[in-house]
Amino acid sequence: MGNEAQPADATQSVDFQQVQQTEQFRELRRRHRSFVFPMAVAFLLWYFGYVLLADYAVGFMSIKLWGNINVGLVLGLLQFATTFGITAWYVSYSNRKLDPIAAGIRGEIEGHEFDSRGRVVGAGQAAGTGQAAKGAQR
Amino acid sequence: MSGMAVSSAAPMVNVAALKDTTLLNMGIFALFVLVTMVIVFRASRNNKTAADYYAAGRSFTGSQNGTAIAGDYLSAASFLGITGAIAINGYDGFLYSIGFLVAWLVALLLVAELLRNTGKFTMADVLSFRLRQRPVRIAAALSTLAVCFFYLLAQMAGAGSLISLLLGISDWGGQALVIIVVGALMIMYVLIGGMKGTTWVQIIKAVLLICGAAVMTLWVLSIYGFNLSNLLGSAAEAANNPNILNPGLQYGKSETSKLDFMSLGLALVLGTAALPHVLMRFYTVPTAKEARKSVVWSIWLIGLFYLFTLVLGYGAAALVGADTIKAAPGGVNSAAPLLAFHLGGPLLLGFISAVAFATILAVVAGLTITAAASFAHDIYANVIAKGKADAGTEVKVARRTVVVIGVLAILGGIFANGQNVAFLVALAFAVAASANLPTIVYSLFWRKFTTQGAVWSMYGGLASAIILIALSPVVSGAKTSMIQGANFAIFPLSNPGIVSIPLAFFLGWLGTVLDKRGEDPAKQAEMEVRSLTGVGAEKAVEH
Repeated sequence: MGNEAQPADATQSVDFQQVQQTEQFRELRRRHRSFVFPMAVAFLLWYFGYVLLADYAVGFMSIKLWGNINVGLVLGLLQFATTFGITAWYVSYSNRKLDPIAAGIRGEIEGHEFDSRGRVVGAGQAAGTGQAAKGAQR
Repeated sequence: MSGMAVSSAAPMVNVAALKDTTLLNMGIFALFVLVTMVIVFRASRNNKTAADYYAAGRSFTGSQNGTAIAGDYLSAASFLGITGAIAINGYDGFLYSIGFLVAWLVALLLVAELLRNTGKFTMADVLSFRLRQRPVRIAAALSTLAVCFFYLLAQMAGAGSLISLLLGISDWGGQALVIIVVGALMIMYVLIGGMKGTTWVQIIKAVLLICGAAVMTLWVLSIYGFNLSNLLGSAAEAANNPNILNPGLQYGKSETSKLDFMSLGLALVLGTAALPHVLMRFYTVPTAKEARKSVVWSIWLIGLFYLFTLVLGYGAAALVGADTIKAAPGGVNSAAPLLAFHLGGPLLLGFISAVAFATILAVVAGLTITAAASFAHDIYANVIAKGKADAGTEVKVARRTVVVIGVLAILGGIFANGQNVAFLVALAFAVAASANLPTIVYSLFWRKFTTQGAVWSMYGGLASAIILIALSPVVSGAKTSMIQGANFAIFPLSNPGIVSIPLAFFLGWLGTVLDKRGEDPAKQAEMEVRSLTGVGAEKAVEH
């Protein structure tokens, strides 16, 4: 190798609008948004619902369930539980549904499949020795 | 019922005895400084490039960075403030802590990875990615500096009252001297160690803080036979008020205070993921996946820590007693140190005090490097030098900025010492949530978002939060106001978020739909593809 031109320039000639239109990328974006948006709305509603109860339903929050443990404490600890739960859920969702497809698109871009000057792989003309070398590696 | 017998039989903590431990406290703190200094010197040997100085060469792992985030986030206000709030106000202190944790889901789901994939060193890198550089960078840098300044001032002023409590230094001159020492140490850490040194200070401090809190928590629980209900019962009995277990003692006093808490909750939950010193930490890891791992680690550590403070707060209420806490120097903030003294005598108190100091040091170091990076990278390199400055000059400017900020923080800390500036932390969150978060979210997720929208939202959010706080009871018109004897408090709440956050979101939308100049769709496509796939993201520095 010894070719200083290749790492930094790997994305310079990429036509990102073309990538954005691919079915693969749209699927990645759909999967990402269909998880994070509803989840964000849900935990915000749950948190502010809890704060509203603590503010305006003191009687309800003060009902004792076991010994000195009241509804307010249980709901508060449930906030911790749901925060930990959503975290773990998101990590497993990302590992299964997001990371593989993102890695696939990344590989294709870095392999110059979306170059604005046409695909370098197999084209073999004056697109730069660094890119050609990279293409040849694939 | 054995728990109650313990609490009534236990001798009350003798406040005067605290002063006898001053030398021990200082000794343990000096040891912390010595160990971290050695580590900072060793870590700094590889500081060559801008990526080394600002982003620690992007070489930390997710778990290391997550621990450092916890170290950065769990300030003295969290440890001493929340423990004290639970000891005095019971449930409402716990309610307060939950907002600080839940907020991390915003960072995890919407911000951390996308930001790591599209930025280089600062928040402004992301916000100006596909918009016009100059106006957006200036606005983002100003709001970064504002947040850092408010947070820093609160920490430095807090150092003064902490000193009176932990070191038994009550005269103004002595406290000023300690503030100078804290500031000078912080300047050394950041100047020499850069982000690497700062990160190690935060990691060591987080480990000490969480371990110390864990030991105290287990100790308190063992006194009550690991039965939470017994502990709560004992706390309620010692306070002579069963309502300490119910919401409302602090925030439920009036309709205004209820609304005020909603406003605070909004700022906490939406502000955390937009705090510039938190955002900058995501650049210290090599990939977006490590950024995700960082947030996961910090969520577990921070969550665990707030569960500890629940036990510690009620433990202090039961074992030390609210009256003793209120009468001690430092007031509410003394609950955790007094509990440490009650449990483990001078040695545990010395340890906890030293950790509290280390906490201030680690937090101010993180804020200072963030502010310096924002000035040098956003304002100097990209606006003043128009992107023509080389990295060496930029780092030199950053280092000089560190000294300037350090000196300002020391002066601010000395003059704010004794003033009621506790509202500054809440203000920092409110500014972050109003000025930063709407633009972060819009620029990552809304294709049509434009420069005008960003600029309106950032300046509108920043200005409205600061103006509303200036017109609120924390500044004038109440017994606890900063300025006594004046009353221009026409805004009734102490937290501006409930107005300024929706306003900033609205202005971002309005500025965009009224903008006649569209933005480059190719840049939008590039940002979207990069943010989700990580292609072309900044790589770790090889040494």
